[in-house]
Formats: sequence, C-alpha cells, structure tokens
Amino acid sequence: MSDEKEKTYFFDRPENVKRLLKGFYAVCILLVVIDFVVHRHTGFDWEKIPAFYAIYGFIACVVLVVIAKKMRHFVMRKEDYYDE
Amino acid sequence: MSEFPPFLLFFIAALLVGVTNGLARQIILLITPVITGLYLWFGVDSGANVTFALMDYELTVLRADKLSLLFGYLFCIASFIASIYSLHVKDTKQHVAGVMYAGSALGAVFSGDLITLFIFWELLAISSVFLIWARGTERALKAGIRYLVFQVLSGVLLLAGALVYFNKTGSLAFDHIGLDMGIAGWLIFIAFGIKSAFPFLHSWLTDGYPEATVTGTVFLSAFTTKVAVYALARGFAGEEILVYIGVTMACFPIFYAVIENDLRKVLAYSLINQVGFMVTGIGIGTALALNGAIAHAFSDVIFKGLLFMTMGAVLYRVGNINGSDLGGLYKSMPKTTVLCIIGALSISAFPLFSGFISKSMVMTALMAEDYGYLWLLMLFASAGVFHHAGIKIPYFAFFAHDSGIRTQEAPLNMLVAMTIAALLCLFIGMQPQHLYALLPWEVDYWPYDLTHVLTQLQLLFFSALAFVWLNQKGMYPPELRSVNLDMDWFYRRLVPNSVQRFVIILSDIRDSLLATAVASIKGVKNGFSKYSMSKYYLAESWPTGSMVFWISAIFAAFLLLGISGALKQ
Repeated sequence: MSDEKEKTYFFDRPENVKRLLKGFYAVCILLVVIDFVVHRHTGFDWEKIPAFYAIYGFIACVVLVVIAKKMRHFVMRKEDYYDE
Repeated sequence: MSEFPPFLLFFIAALLVGVTNGLARQIILLITPVITGLYLWFGVDSGANVTFALMDYELTVLRADKLSLLFGYLFCIASFIASIYSLHVKDTKQHVAGVMYAGSALGAVFSGDLITLFIFWELLAISSVFLIWARGTERALKAGIRYLVFQVLSGVLLLAGALVYFNKTGSLAFDHIGLDMGIAGWLIFIAFGIKSAFPFLHSWLTDGYPEATVTGTVFLSAFTTKVAVYALARGFAGEEILVYIGVTMACFPIFYAVIENDLRKVLAYSLINQVGFMVTGIGIGTALALNGAIAHAFSDVIFKGLLFMTMGAVLYRVGNINGSDLGGLYKSMPKTTVLCIIGALSISAFPLFSGFISKSMVMTALMAEDYGYLWLLMLFASAGVFHHAGIKIPYFAFFAHDSGIRTQEAPLNMLVAMTIAALLCLFIGMQPQHLYALLPWEVDYWPYDLTHVLTQLQLLFFSALAFVWLNQKGMYPPELRSVNLDMDWFYRRLVPNSVQRFVIILSDIRDSLLATAVASIKGVKNGFSKYSMSKYYLAESWPTGSMVFWISAIFAAFLLLGISGALKQ
C-alpha cells in the first residue's frame, strides 16, 4: 500500500490554503467597503453604525466561543461518564 | 375524490414492506411517498373534511387546508428522500418503522380533532423509537427508553388536556386553543412543547437522535419536531410566551454545539436552534411571521436532513462520527463534502440557499413588531448557526487536520438522496416564489433586496473571519472526546444517584433501629433475669410459636364450648 506515494490533495499544499484565505480576506474587506458606498435601509437605530453587521457577527462569534470554552469547565465529563 | 386519508397509504405500505423483500420492497418504499404526494397535490383540495363517528365522538381523520397540505407535501418529500437514502438497509424492522413513522406524521397534520391527533401523536412516538433501538447497542437501547418516556408523557398530557378541553368547551375540534383556556390550554401547550423540544424539555432530542441508526436519524430529524411546530402554529399562534421560548431555543444550544464532539449531536443541537426560529415566528403571530415559521420548517426539513445524511454517510463509511477522530475526509469523500457544504450554506442562510429565504421572514417580522433586543439575540443565534453548523460540521469532518482515514465515497443511493436534497435547497433558495405560493397566509415579501443580501453576507463572512482568527490564534476549543452535561443529567445522574443514596440512608436507619431494639430487649431480659421471680416457668420469655399455639388452643376451646351450647338449644 505504501509503495506508491499518495496523491497530493488541494489543501496539502500550504500555498493553496494561503490563496484561499487571501481571497476570503479580500471578500471581507470588499463587503465593508460596499457598506460605505451603497445606501441600506435600517429598522433599528443601531443598524446605522457603519458595518454594524460585520462587527456584530465577528464579536458574536468570539463571545460565543469564549463562553462555550468556559462552559467546558462546568459541563464537560469523560466520554464514558454515563456508562459507569 | 378526497375521501381517503393519506396516512392510510403509508400504513398499507408499512404492511407490504413487512412481508416483502428485495426489489419489491424497494419499489414500495419509493413509490409510496410519490403516490401520496401526487394524491395530496391533485386529489385533496383545501377544505376537504372526512369524519367518522366512534362511539359518541366524531373523529376527523382528514382536515385539509393550506397549512396542513403544506406539511403534507413536505412529509412526502422528506420520506421520499429518506427512503432513497435507506434503500441499502436490509433490516425489515427499520423499514416498517420508518414508513409507519412518516405515515403517523401525515396522520397528525391532517387530524381535525384532538383525539385523532393524540392517536397519531403516540404512534409517532412508538414507531420512531424503533429507529433508535435498531442501532442495537446498549446505549441506543437505554437512550431509546428515555426518549420513549418523554414522548409518551407528551401524549398523556395531550390526552389529559384534550379531555379537560372537551369538558370545558364541549368540542374536540383542533383549532386555535390558546393559553386563555386555562389548565386545558397549558396541558396541551406543554405536550406540544415536549415534542418541539422547549428548553428544559429538550434533552430527549439531543440524547436520542445521535444514538439512532445512520438512516434512522434522517427520518427522526424530519418528522417529530415539525409535527409539533405544525401543532403550535395551529393551536397557539400569537401566544407571546412563544417568542421568548423560541429565542431561548435559538440561543442556548449553540453553546453546546460549539463544544460537542459527536457531530450528529452537534446537528441535534442545531435542530433545536432552528426550531427556535420557527417557535419565535409562531409566537409573533403576524401573517409574515407565521409564514416565515412554516417556510422555515419546510427549508429546515430538507437542509437538516441533508446534513444528517452527510454525517450519516461518514458514520457509515468510517464507523465513527466524533470530530476528534475525523478530518481530511474530502480526499476520499469529495462528493459528500460538496453536498455537506451545500447543506451548511443553506442552514447558515446564505443568499441563494434555502435558509435565507425563510429565516429572513422571521427576522423581518421581529423587526416589524419592534422586538429590538430579541432581534439582536436572534442575530447572535444566526451568526452562531453559521459558526457551529455551517463551519464546524464540514470543517472538522472533511478538512481540519488529516486524520489519515482513507475510505470510500458514500454508496450510490445515499449520494442520490443527498443530491436531491441539495438541489431542493438551491431551488428553494433561488426560486422562493414557488414555496411562498404554498404558504397559508397572504404574503407580500421578497427576500432579495440589496440591504438584506449585503447585511447577511457581512454577518456570515465576519462570523467566518472570527472562526479563522480564533483558529489561527489557537483559541478555538479543540474537539475532545467527552460528554457534556445537559438537562438529561438530572434524570440520568442526579435522580438515580439520589434514589440510591436515599435507599442507603433508609437501610442505615433500619439497621441502627434494629440494633437499638435488640440491645434494649436484651437489657430488659438481663434486668429481669436478676429478679427473684424469673426462675418460674411462666416468667420466662416464650417463643412466638408457643404463644400462637396457646392462643389457638384457647380459641379452639371457646369454639367447642360455643358449638356444644348451640347444640343444647
């Protein structure tokens, strides 16, 4: 089985991962730039903050992960906890 | 034409599936949902009503309107896809259970009265538990029993509520009930609440679904909670408490989803999160919100089914579904990977995918009714969905670090089922007018405007950015082999342990009481034996047996005297 070398896949090459991430960052920047260019209608006052959704999405996910990590101290048990 | 209740087609099919095998059975499995779907589409009109009398009650086994018909179509589609997905399964029990289960769901949404609803409510419970037990492990057996207890309890509450309701109103019709009904309303509300996995009543879902078979979970994810959503929309639309319950349901499971290792359990948590959006919409109660809730149920059954199918395919091929043990599977399962990403984008509500066109209705309705803070919480939940279901599921299964696992692509029938679901996600997302046309209330809503698309993309891309950033900083919680305590801890650990401790305490008390009694009797005996009278025979302590003997002798003497007295007269 190990005679032939395994095929190299797309994400095995670090430069591909880098390229993907660069493209991703570019889209993120573009989305914020568009926010200043176009007019979007708003329902709540806080929506008027520039790039509100971008900021909120980022902070929401960081808060989510930080709290979830803290939760592990209280709720995480060994895999066979209930089997004993 | 529409005299024939659609669930009967499924029940007949379940019988036939039980006695056939091989190709014949596969054909029955496939054509049943197709025939039933066509029958519903062409043969059953809105307003159809079929009743029959049972003793003093009139049971309505088919009440069709736009609301029940939409769920009817949805259940036929779901059961068609799930049947294709499970075609390779040889286990008769699972097939019969699956068809019965889908049929019971159809029966429930077309029930026009509470007793008929109750019957199908319990049939749903009984047929579905076999999909968990069929896994054959001891864990699955126990989880199935816990699942069944919750489901049956829900049914009992529904029956009790229905009887109180009948007592109060003299009617069993299943229309708007509302909480103003008092005890009857609350009993039925909680019955529906258990099945729709309200907070604190939700653990049957996260406990049971991940233990079911590969194909069983696909069935389970489609029917039970959606029947409950239908029932809430029918009976409790506009009850404001549902808004708060729904927001809670949308928010709390995402924390668990982030740290959960079993990827099918992650999906179970995200199922509760999605039902939260529906429940919120029902609670708002405006036409837009209700339509949003129903449309979201429709999208959710398909994209959640798709996600469960892709994770099922991984479990089927690898034999494991823990995030900690997977990774790099895109190399050997590229098609499943693409299909999973489509499901992930749909659940995350990316524009052009199905979640976008339905979830945005609920969000817009929240805004229209000026629920500012709740809207913010729901936006948090929307970002969180993308984080745990949209990114975590595909990332840890198919990418992340290469686990070294090399396996095969999913079997053909699974690929076909997943492809149909994926195409439907895209179709609903790109051509939402067809789904909107089926919605029960008049809608004047179109999701694709510049603001909506832009803001949603900003929210999602920056949620993804947070994931990338946390990952690169090494702050993202790693997948760990573990179990996380949830509400089920109370009845799996706290109660059994307390009962055990209580029993131990009771037996301790008994032991010490006994010891005290024995010691004090001995003390009295010892004291008495020192007394001068103790040497006489009658002063000794007699064994119980001799006392019984002497008492019997005295009774016998009385009896003889009595009889001889009677004879003399």
